[in-house]
Amino acid sequence: METFTHDIVIVGGGAAGLRAAIAAAEISDALSIALVSKVYPMRSHTVSAEGGAGAALGPDDSPDLHAFDTIRGSDYLADQDAVQAFVAEAPEEIIQLERWGCPWNREPDGRIAVRTFGGMSVKRTAFAADKTGFHLLHTLFQTSLKYDRIVAYDEFFVTKLLVENGRCAGVAAIDLRDSEIRCFAAKAVILCMGGLGRIFAFTTNGAICTGDGMALAYRAGVPLKDMEFVQYHPTGLPGTGILMTEASRGEGGYLVNNEGRRFLEDYIPSKMELGPRDILSRAIIQEIEKGHAFEGPYGHYVHLDVRHLGEKIIDEKLPFVRELAEKFVGIDPVHEPIPVRPVVHYMMGGIDTDIVGQTRLPGLYAAGEAACVSINGANRLGSNSLTDCLVFGARVGRAAAEAGLEVTMSAENPLAQMAEEEERRLSVTYLEKTGGRERVAAIRRDLQHTMERGVGVFRTEESLKAGVEEVRTLHDRYRDLALDDRDRAFNTELVAALELENMLEVAATVVGAALERRESRGSHTRRDYPERDDDRYLKHSLAFSTPDGPRIDYSDVAITRWPPAERKY
Amino acid sequence: MSSELWPELLPEAPEAIELWEEGPPREPGAKPRTGPPAPGQIKLTLQIRRYDRERREEAWWEEHSVNMEPTDRLLDALHEVKWYHDGTLALRRSCAHGVCGSDAMLINGRNALACKVLVKDVAPRVTVEPIRGLPVLKDLIVDMEPFFAGYRRILPYLINEEQPPDRERRQAPEERERYDDTTKCILCAACTTSCPIFWGDGEYIGPAAIVNAHRFIFDSRDEGARERLDILSDRTGVFRCRTTFNCTEACPRGIKVTKAIQEVKRAIMFERL
Repeated sequence: METFTHDIVIVGGGAAGLRAAIAAAEISDALSIALVSKVYPMRSHTVSAEGGAGAALGPDDSPDLHAFDTIRGSDYLADQDAVQAFVAEAPEEIIQLERWGCPWNREPDGRIAVRTFGGMSVKRTAFAADKTGFHLLHTLFQTSLKYDRIVAYDEFFVTKLLVENGRCAGVAAIDLRDSEIRCFAAKAVILCMGGLGRIFAFTTNGAICTGDGMALAYRAGVPLKDMEFVQYHPTGLPGTGILMTEASRGEGGYLVNNEGRRFLEDYIPSKMELGPRDILSRAIIQEIEKGHAFEGPYGHYVHLDVRHLGEKIIDEKLPFVRELAEKFVGIDPVHEPIPVRPVVHYMMGGIDTDIVGQTRLPGLYAAGEAACVSINGANRLGSNSLTDCLVFGARVGRAAAEAGLEVTMSAENPLAQMAEEEERRLSVTYLEKTGGRERVAAIRRDLQHTMERGVGVFRTEESLKAGVEEVRTLHDRYRDLALDDRDRAFNTELVAALELENMLEVAATVVGAALERRESRGSHTRRDYPERDDDRYLKHSLAFSTPDGPRIDYSDVAITRWPPAERKY
Repeated sequence: MSSELWPELLPEAPEAIELWEEGPPREPGAKPRTGPPAPGQIKLTLQIRRYDRERREEAWWEEHSVNMEPTDRLLDALHEVKWYHDGTLALRRSCAHGVCGSDAMLINGRNALACKVLVKDVAPRVTVEPIRGLPVLKDLIVDMEPFFAGYRRILPYLINEEQPPDRERRQAPEERERYDDTTKCILCAACTTSCPIFWGDGEYIGPAAIVNAHRFIFDSRDEGARERLDILSDRTGVFRCRTTFNCTEACPRGIKVTKAIQEVKRAIMFERL
């Protein structure tokens, strides 16, 4: 068994993972840092983020205002100590990215430009055209190349956390080139493995967003927090689910129903198109239910109209929106409105961590969408997630590095043995298995439709109970899985099977936590419990793994300065 | 687009498609989805160049027909093959809308991203091969390491040793505009692997690396231009370029690659003398 030994192993090469790697590298030049990812870092899903990164940069803004907007947006479920740390460090992170070369758009006087975003009371979203995630990711990737002590293991798929004496001391990962397991030994492991959008049929998330990090931590006994809170973005293209950035509304675009009316005046007249995503997604579904939507080959939709902005603004501020709409739905937004509908976009929940990213398993840390600190609570505001990756990526990198400097390295033998067991498990379960009648694609498709039916924008006891049962059945079917591909080189079907196992695991926590939360808060809307219920549910849910499926428990929300109040706009 | 630029790249139109005789092992309940296309769908036949050294020494062609929506992406059709016909097919993909750079392939003889080619634009038949000039590892997956080695050589990060101000450095919108085009590179390798000089010569650093050097050389905040121009003026650098424009035609992000290379050449010839 080949073993790679590093002080810190970071799994995931998106914004959070790269930011963590750089932060750790800057703590000490004596540290060796492995950056392990199933794709090359610049292929990570951060690349798809479009609109921007929020931070109180302008003279009319303040961290307190950013904090209040974030907490109100979260429907008071965010941990306020975490939000305070977040807003305080956000501006410095945006400026640090500038120092590293991020091509932020500029104001005429040369300062970093900011734009309007939903739920934010002033302009505070820094942007690089409408490909902010792409530019931010490339800037971080480029900067990481300056450090020899960051060692990249590209196209390695982590299948197991190696826990020894109650401490996470490494990971087992498949090298995709030969499908052999490699053992990584470390003093600290940081999971920055992104979201789980692919458990739904209709999502903005790339094919790689399969909840891998959450599933790894969950299996190792770390709870997943607030998994019932799935963000539906109001404006995805029908069919593909490709995102039409919120910046298209931030720059002044309208949402219009089939009567040609800006229907948000019936729902959130004070904010209209600049309302938070949960409220806008619900409004669109309600318009569909009232018969006020258009109907196309991919279901019902409303219009996103940016024509009145004019070609110049569209090309300057929203070039990618124009390109995507032209390419994928054959519509030029300069001349025609764009068809859009709510689409699964982001997981507010994730691996339960404290405000430096440490989990309750010693040696294990997490940041980014995979983690739940939580600054997002029941609904994330647009443009807070890229900044979340930066702030908490940096925090977790520093914390793990400082802790790692004090830990003595585990003897490699027990780890290598664990990795060998993992190798045997993969052989027996997949590569050398005989029989089996199920295919990855069939189970995955059924899971995706189960989740759409069970945990959509609106939920009921009935839909959720059915969801819990169906996910359990899919788990059973998974045991009968067979692969076509028994090769060693780039066995992408094996990876898909392991991703599916992760998807089933996290899906069970989503339906389980949603069933148990009998109130409506933020993105979690129960038709049968339409009110927020602070007496019972001003709490984070925690899903723990048990042999019978997830066990749901609760923990307190940190309230510092903003007592829970009615969420009014 | 002039086809003389692509003599080697015209579709090979394999005469005798050699099929995988027995097919891969397949269990009941795992049958390909076939039959006539549903209303609104169209049939697309993919000829895919396969390579798997664990099964055969040589590459072979394989043909699959799938029913797709006209506005589906070629990537969706490849997925249909992979998930319902033959799970052994290997390809890379991630974002599926042209910004992550995973799925550059040789499609009907030209480099493109499979997620930016629509089924209706290539139906009824399309050939799909791995990009050229990099070693094929399996099917449509090539070894990207030589490509990234070229990228790393040009020091692809901002170089500025001055103590930064507390706030951001100012950059005027016009200064930002100066290098805008070359910030768009997604590192998909479509340009570099369409370059005949790159194919014929293991040494040429290739267009993508030069594009990324350009991105920093013309950034008002960067001070590493001299160093990068030195690197690019050696025998593996920009002067290998023969201005065939294949790279510009291949770029899925519409970067004016050849123009960027010319600007770097000029910077070496005039500005440093």
